[in-house]
Amino acid sequence: MLLITCPYCGVAAEETELHAGGEAHLTRFGPDSSDEDFTGYLFHRENPKGVHFERWRHVNGCGKWFHAARCTNTLEVFGTYSAQTTEPPKDILDTIRAKRPGFTWRTIA
Amino acid sequence: MSDVALALGGANFDGLVEITELAGQGMVTLRGDLTDNTIVTAVNDVFGVTLPGTRETAFSGDTGALWMSPDEAMLLCSYDKAQDLADDLAAKLADAHALVVNVSDARAVFQLKGTMLREVIAKLAPVDMRADAFTPGMVRRTRMAQVAAAFWMDDASTARVVCFRSVAAYMFGILSMSADDSSAVNHFTR
Repeated sequence: MLLITCPYCGVAAEETELHAGGEAHLTRFGPDSSDEDFTGYLFHRENPKGVHFERWRHVNGCGKWFHAARCTNTLEVFGTYSAQTTEPPKDILDTIRAKRPGFTWRTIA
Repeated sequence: MSDVALALGGANFDGLVEITELAGQGMVTLRGDLTDNTIVTAVNDVFGVTLPGTRETAFSGDTGALWMSPDEAMLLCSYDKAQDLADDLAAKLADAHALVVNVSDARAVFQLKGTMLREVIAKLAPVDMRADAFTPGMVRRTRMAQVAAAFWMDDASTARVVCFRSVAAYMFGILSMSADDSSAVNHFTR
């Protein structure tokens, strides 16, 4: 069972109270972008066995979107953080670096 | 004013706990920054309660406030006064970044009375219902079986459960099943 703590209401919510929102920190490429950029934005997703950054929504709860960093292999949750950011906060990255030395995720390492 | 038509006409079930659909509960939804002083003061003036902290409730007589999210509160009052109080509050918050709407008819409210209420709720919601984890004065928005719900405890043997009116019959059904005399687990009383 996956338990994720919502950073907005502080509830350690069980998976069925949440809704997964796909990969986090995507950069949107709109109408004037190149075909490669647009294809990448629309279709290309990370599918790691290990550290992953995702969007989640506390749908049966406070209703807020937030970010979570977790391991897809062990279901360990490294931390959750605000949706109002374009990159993971330093303390969460430090936690992951300590627990999973040498991890990489897109441009993050 | 026309009579309040309850979703289930005041349905009642007596088992591990007594479940009653409560008559018209006035509900006013408030959206805005709950830490904003203008909003806190206006709510205090109109409803006579101080906005509660994270996942808490505040009551004063027949009015109350429930914390719904960092920018949403549910204000409770008597059904007849809801529209006037909502208009009052909206007028006071005309210049603030806030939204106030009377939503009294959107939801159904059930009262659970009895010492087994922790077990009845725990069977339906993914919430830690141990006495030291969930106490009177807290409110929890969650799901109960398959529908969204919120509940809080007024005292050790009284809880109120709120759900959307459209799923009131479903909620009454699952609560009744969970409170069936022959379904006792006695997890919290052992």
